[in-house]
Amino acid sequence: MPHISVRDLTVAYDGHAILSDVTMDIPDRQITAIVGPSGCGKTTFLRCMNRLIDMTDGARVRGEVLIDGANILAPDADVISLRKKMGLLSQKPQPLPMSIYDNVAYGPRLHGTRNKRQLDAIVERYLKLSSLWGEVRERLHAPAARLSVGQQQRLCLARGLAVEPEVLLCDEPCASLDPTSAQHIEKRFVELKQDYTIVLVTHILRQARRLADYIVFFYMGELVEHGPAEQLLNDPRDERTKAYLSGTIS
Amino acid sequence: MKWRLLEEKVFRALMILCLGAVIAGLALIVAVITAKGARSLSWEMLTQVPKGGYYLGKSGGILNAIVGSLALAFGATALACVFAFPVCLYLQRDYAGRSRLASFVRTSLDLLWGVPSIVYGAFGFTVLLYMGMRASLLGGIIALALVELPIMARAMEEAVRMVPQALKEASYAMGGTHWETMRKVVLRQALPGILTAILLAFGRGIGDAASVLFTAGYTDNLPRSLLDPVASLPLAVFFQLGTPFPEVQSRAHACAFILLVIVLVVSVLSRLLGSRVSKYSLR
Repeated sequence: MPHISVRDLTVAYDGHAILSDVTMDIPDRQITAIVGPSGCGKTTFLRCMNRLIDMTDGARVRGEVLIDGANILAPDADVISLRKKMGLLSQKPQPLPMSIYDNVAYGPRLHGTRNKRQLDAIVERYLKLSSLWGEVRERLHAPAARLSVGQQQRLCLARGLAVEPEVLLCDEPCASLDPTSAQHIEKRFVELKQDYTIVLVTHILRQARRLADYIVFFYMGELVEHGPAEQLLNDPRDERTKAYLSGTIS
Repeated sequence: MKWRLLEEKVFRALMILCLGAVIAGLALIVAVITAKGARSLSWEMLTQVPKGGYYLGKSGGILNAIVGSLALAFGATALACVFAFPVCLYLQRDYAGRSRLASFVRTSLDLLWGVPSIVYGAFGFTVLLYMGMRASLLGGIIALALVELPIMARAMEEAVRMVPQALKEASYAMGGTHWETMRKVVLRQALPGILTAILLAFGRGIGDAASVLFTAGYTDNLPRSLLDPVASLPLAVFFQLGTPFPEVQSRAHACAFILLVIVLVVSVLSRLLGSRVSKYSLR
């Protein structure tokens, strides 16, 4: 059974449809890239996965997102444990106003880890996993805001992983990064897909080509086509997908 | 092209002019107070309470008013914080947000801001009478807290609202509740602004005469308990300026000078504190 499956998902802001009737399954332990032109509903789709859509004024959501069979959009769904399951990496890194150490320890502390030695181990482990440890081990208690943007994004990755999610939701995570930092992050993704299901929103088609195992193409709020990367990139069925891949629409 | 450059210069000059007017105003106040009050300012004045005939020009000091004002202003600021803080958090979009209740509360605070402080004094006095109490430190603190509350709550709300939504969402995305996010993330980020709000309210509170006139009373003694009446610096200025004796009037100016220094010291201290705590804030 697929881990995440979406059934007839429709989102409207003040009566204006952003996503309509999206139905698909997201494959486990692969990188699923969601591509499409700006304003096609990619980010809204991602925000439904961890219910951050709740924070948007005037958003109405219908349909179902089933994770392990349970509908997370149900009013009585446990949003806290849902969000623990779904890590988020946002477009612009958002380090919390605290030290590097406290940023990584933030999630584990929220979910009940208090033991200092345990926290130390968690911080070291996830900073290593996001390949930031070498650069910050000497200044773990310095403000996170002093890191470079590329380092901040890796810190945010470490922080997200420290919560021990099962899925990583990434919203154009390289958009504000320099090429080297972007490469760093991409490399991590390839390693991480062994253990995590990664949903990557991107408007860079080349990034999707490099990383994705599975591609979903949205256009004007509609799910146009989805399938294994190989097939969708080389043999798209829909005219709009063809136009997007050839660069006619972007 | 020439016109645009001229425009640029004219508006730059206007800004400098306005800035100059503000600075000149402050400088003038300080100069007048110092010139008129300097000769009365003495160690004795800071360390003694008024002795018999003080208001006729005999010896003594205004320690009673200094201690009273500090007790009133710190007490009222602390009390106002207790209420302003939850109110400002509740007005955020994460809680009441754009609901009718929130906009009602905002409008009410703006109205309360405009209420003259003598009205709070009269209100406080009525409440005191009703409760069978006399003018006291406690009564003064409550009336002054009412004066400070709208200023503090609105300024705090402004500071907290400046925290980017994306930053809060980062915490929510890790499974933080509203309260955890407010306490651990929003507060830290908004702390410098919150301190400014508290300082603003403190400055307003310590300089307010009308609200404490009926509620705190006036006395030559130091307060021993919350139920004793207390003196305050603004009223000390008021009473002494009202006498016909030049020495006593000069002491009024010295009192005003002391009041300014207290506000300055508290302001500098809170700035220092602010820069310490904002070490981790994002800019």
